[in-house]
Amino acid sequence: MSRWERLGLRARITLLFALGGLLLAGTIGLLTLTLTRRSLLVERDAAALASFAENGQRFQRQVGDDPAAEGVAAILESLTTTSGALPLVRFGDEWVGLNSLVFSEETLPETLLELLSEESAGRTRITLNGEPAIVSGAQLPGRDAAYFEAVLIGEVDETLNSLGLILLVVGTVTTLVAAALGLWASRRALTPLADIRAAAESLAAGDLKTRLDPPADADLASLSASFNGMAQSLEDRIDRDARFASEVSHELRSPLMTFSASAEVLNNDRHQMSQRSQTALALLTDDIARFTQLVENLLEISRYDVGTAALQAEPVFFAEFVRHAISYSSRPDISLTVSEQGESLVIVADKRRLAQVIANLIDNADKYGGGNIEVEISSESDIAFLAVEDRGPGVPAAERQVIFDRFSRGSSGGRRGHNTGTGLGLSLVSEHVRLHAGEVWVEDRLDGSPGARMVVALPIRFDPEEDQ
Amino acid sequence: MTTRILTVEDDERIRMSVRLALEDEGYEVAEAESGEDALLAFCQAPADVVLVDIMLPGMDGFEVCRSIRKVSDVPIVMVTARADTHDVVAGLEAGADDYLTKPHAPKELSARIRALLRRVRTSDMGSPQLVFGELEIIPDEGVVRVASQEVHLTKTEFRLLVELASNVGRVFSREMLLERVWGYGYFGDGRLVDVHIRRLRTKIEPDPANPRYVVTVRGLGYKLAA
Repeated sequence: MSRWERLGLRARITLLFALGGLLLAGTIGLLTLTLTRRSLLVERDAAALASFAENGQRFQRQVGDDPAAEGVAAILESLTTTSGALPLVRFGDEWVGLNSLVFSEETLPETLLELLSEESAGRTRITLNGEPAIVSGAQLPGRDAAYFEAVLIGEVDETLNSLGLILLVVGTVTTLVAAALGLWASRRALTPLADIRAAAESLAAGDLKTRLDPPADADLASLSASFNGMAQSLEDRIDRDARFASEVSHELRSPLMTFSASAEVLNNDRHQMSQRSQTALALLTDDIARFTQLVENLLEISRYDVGTAALQAEPVFFAEFVRHAISYSSRPDISLTVSEQGESLVIVADKRRLAQVIANLIDNADKYGGGNIEVEISSESDIAFLAVEDRGPGVPAAERQVIFDRFSRGSSGGRRGHNTGTGLGLSLVSEHVRLHAGEVWVEDRLDGSPGARMVVALPIRFDPEEDQ
Repeated sequence: MTTRILTVEDDERIRMSVRLALEDEGYEVAEAESGEDALLAFCQAPADVVLVDIMLPGMDGFEVCRSIRKVSDVPIVMVTARADTHDVVAGLEAGADDYLTKPHAPKELSARIRALLRRVRTSDMGSPQLVFGELEIIPDEGVVRVASQEVHLTKTEFRLLVELASNVGRVFSREMLLERVWGYGYFGDGRLVDVHIRRLRTKIEPDPANPRYVVTVRGLGYKLAA
């Protein structure tokens, strides 16, 4: 991605508009300035030339043959009143001027003198006293004399300078207006993109029903149509996958029923079997139980995927419920600590799911934590907490999210999330808790010793009607 | 006399394996592979317990429950695919006494059967006849009368009513009733109680929508009002 593309569409459009405005203002300004300057100069030039020609002729007529310096000066005096031009006259080697400080033979440019040595007349531009001027000169016919006239054109440049300043201001304003226009136009053009972005975000967040409203703008209609098409095929695909998982698990139930009934018949007769057969039968029986659990969990979790998981909520005496859940669990011996307020806690929950949550957390702690397991009930304002602590290796920070993923396996140091051997135990816990509008997470043991602490937070005044 | 069980299941392998397992438990097992077969078999030789799979080709399990209920109060256990669907409530309303999900261990099935066949413990009652207003219960004879008219209850409905009547005015939680009537532990399905209470009310209450005898105690359970 180039630096230009990294700027973002909005910035780029704004910049392009500003650039266009600048270019336009610059061109018009430059053109105006050039044309004005040219016409002003031409005009001034013509005026200077006209004045020079007239003054030259008048001087020629009046000067006669007397080149006395005083007389010349008087004549020159009479000339200059008309146009403010500065005259200068050469008779032989004599130079007479009106304002020799400003315009004298010293300031006369060599180029003009050279020109006059070949031609009868000429003109050139010089700087007089720091001001630009046009100097015209002509040989007086029939004698060794020449008439020069300097016209200051500084005021033209001043005019041009003010014009230039005005044009600069206008140009800047134009550029800013163009930039603002660009910003507005890009915002306007990108508004539909904001809708699309919001839709894409909601799709990514898991709301597969997200669709864009068909826009009035024909240019955007195809974009929104293809977006909706994509969302639809995504939804179909995920739906198909979820249904497939659900149907497969469903189909597995019938053979499992046969397995489990047949294994029981065999188990009834196991005393008549050889040691080897008994061992094989024990393996078979255990794995049928495990397989059954896996299928149950798969079905349970696919209900969330297919979207048929519905809460059957009723008021539950939390502490009493957990006490029973522990007594039915794989570790009925573990200790339960209930805080003072915890004893009278009533929450609204789906009993079947809540029982599964507790059983799975205990199984998980038993399998990966080992040793002492402690269960705690407490509450804080309107949240009920259930914590299960074990004395295993704990869960590294990097894996605290991952262990709730399906079939996740932690690092070799602290393999978790592979509850009851099905790899779905903790993800089911997470789904069940979420259905109750609660949260589950894992942290370090509160006393700082090695081990994990699984915490389930459930809202006490959770109203299931609100969520459905 | 051995207990006779009729299993209605379209999958032959499941039928065979369940029969073997139940025979090991000492039951006599009759089989039917469809709803129609089941009704025929039941009419020819009534069973003590009927085990019905809800998903049957042709006549489904609900229909089988309803048909059997018209002629008998035999305990019916239905087998459903899932515990959390409407199937459970629909099956209970069709007349089933209990349910099991597939797959289940045959030991669990025989535990259910034993619980359903349990007799009313008349020794708990203290009195051979209980009267509450127009409601009259004679536990030993299994007879219930409302306004001197005999009302026909299933065995489970009767045991539920007797349980409530054993301690008039006391509130029974769902868990307690599940344990005493169905033999479940703490984690039984409360819907079993709710649906049976509903059915009981339609049979004994003058106005089932505003029960006079079997009263709901919100958030706690049920009690029999004197």
